[in-house]
Amino acid sequence: MSALISSSIARKVVMALSGLFLVLFLAQHFTINLTSVIAPDTFNEWSHFMGYNPLVQFLLQPILIAGIVVHFAMGIYLELQNNKARAVKYSKFSGNANSPWVSRNMILSGMVVLAFIILHMYDFWVHEMAYKYVEASPEDPTRYYAETVEKFGPLWRTLIYIVAFVLLALHLWHGFASSFQSIGWNNKYSAGLKTFTKIFAVAIPLGFVFIALYHHLNPITH
Amino acid sequence: MKLYLKIWRQKDADSKGQMVDYELNGVEGDMSFLEMLDVLNEKLINEDKEPVEFDHDCREGICGACSLMINGEPHGPDRLVTTCQLHMRKFKDGDTIVIEPFRATAFPVIKDLIVDRSSFDRIQQAGGYISVNTSGNTVDANAIPIEKENADDSFYAAACIGCGACVAACKNASAMLFTSAKVSQFALLPQGRVEATERVLNMVRQMDLEGFGNCTNTGACEVECPKGISLENIARMNREYLQASMKG
Repeated sequence: MSALISSSIARKVVMALSGLFLVLFLAQHFTINLTSVIAPDTFNEWSHFMGYNPLVQFLLQPILIAGIVVHFAMGIYLELQNNKARAVKYSKFSGNANSPWVSRNMILSGMVVLAFIILHMYDFWVHEMAYKYVEASPEDPTRYYAETVEKFGPLWRTLIYIVAFVLLALHLWHGFASSFQSIGWNNKYSAGLKTFTKIFAVAIPLGFVFIALYHHLNPITH
Repeated sequence: MKLYLKIWRQKDADSKGQMVDYELNGVEGDMSFLEMLDVLNEKLINEDKEPVEFDHDCREGICGACSLMINGEPHGPDRLVTTCQLHMRKFKDGDTIVIEPFRATAFPVIKDLIVDRSSFDRIQQAGGYISVNTSGNTVDANAIPIEKENADDSFYAAACIGCGACVAACKNASAMLFTSAKVSQFALLPQGRVEATERVLNMVRQMDLEGFGNCTNTGACEVECPKGISLENIARMNREYLQASMKG
């Protein structure tokens, strides 16, 4: 069992499993966000449930935060190790000849997504924590839709979100299918998984871009 | 044809190396890349200069001795060939060719373009074998029925010549393709199952100890491998490793 904690393969498995967990979360987050465009009342209802259900708040939310921290901390640790593995760099390295740019720059797309998550947490989560636990404001199941739309009022925030979603797409493009390889899943279904990965990597971030733009262009004026 | 060569020169393991420019005339398209370097070395010797040191042995693509990072790719721009099989017809008159040693912390430079790849030997020694009783009652390997698919996959894995191109091509200098080929060639056969648990644990431990990087599944190793070793071997080793870790 000790080998499972300290080896390079074990660390990659940790990256893969935490990454797949975050992919699941992303799909769930997207589903809820989509309701803000098609059914604002449902969005309010689901957001209120997520914000006040004790199972979500005190079990799933800490697991999610732990998943994010583990994925990023391990990613940075592995990157540092990888840099040490080639102390003297090549004067000419033709990476594009044998591998996609996105696969070689996961740390770059990952760091942008991390920076985005910090901004996103500040925008929504910190506000939510202050509302519930610092100000001890009363429960209001109708406030979420208006608060969300208001966030996308400033153009700068909407643009930052869109740039982050593009980088998220690049990260998913390689990361999703790659996670399965890391846990040893490479078989006759792998080609199908790669196709699904590409559809998912484009569709979900594009959907997030659409939602951000929709709210930016359709502010609540009343 | 006339070529402009930029070659890494390094006196010994402790010296600091540098790229040195050379001009070479009279290179023919039929020459192999190593023959082109032979021509350069003859010229340097005639000029009373130190020839460029590089590794080579069989010069027919099976020994794994030749290496060289050529214009940023291990074994050069061609696919499924070693440097000795790379022909100069792949280049054209007036080309500049950058020639460097395979670079990895686990492959220290000995001199010029020669690197020490004994880290691969130590990975192999950690478990890349099967223990067979040779006291006279050894069972003929051909008498053991093996599924065709497994026999084929094992053979493809065994085609690895241990040249180190996978490490050289990987942006992380990871040795996962090499190690996984050496694990797979036994893992797929009943003879190899006996020591399968210790084998994968020990070989991966040695691989990590040598200071190779981590696999990020870029697939560069598979593309640059002169023997076409598949990434499926890495997935197989990951499976073997996880199963072995649970047991051990």
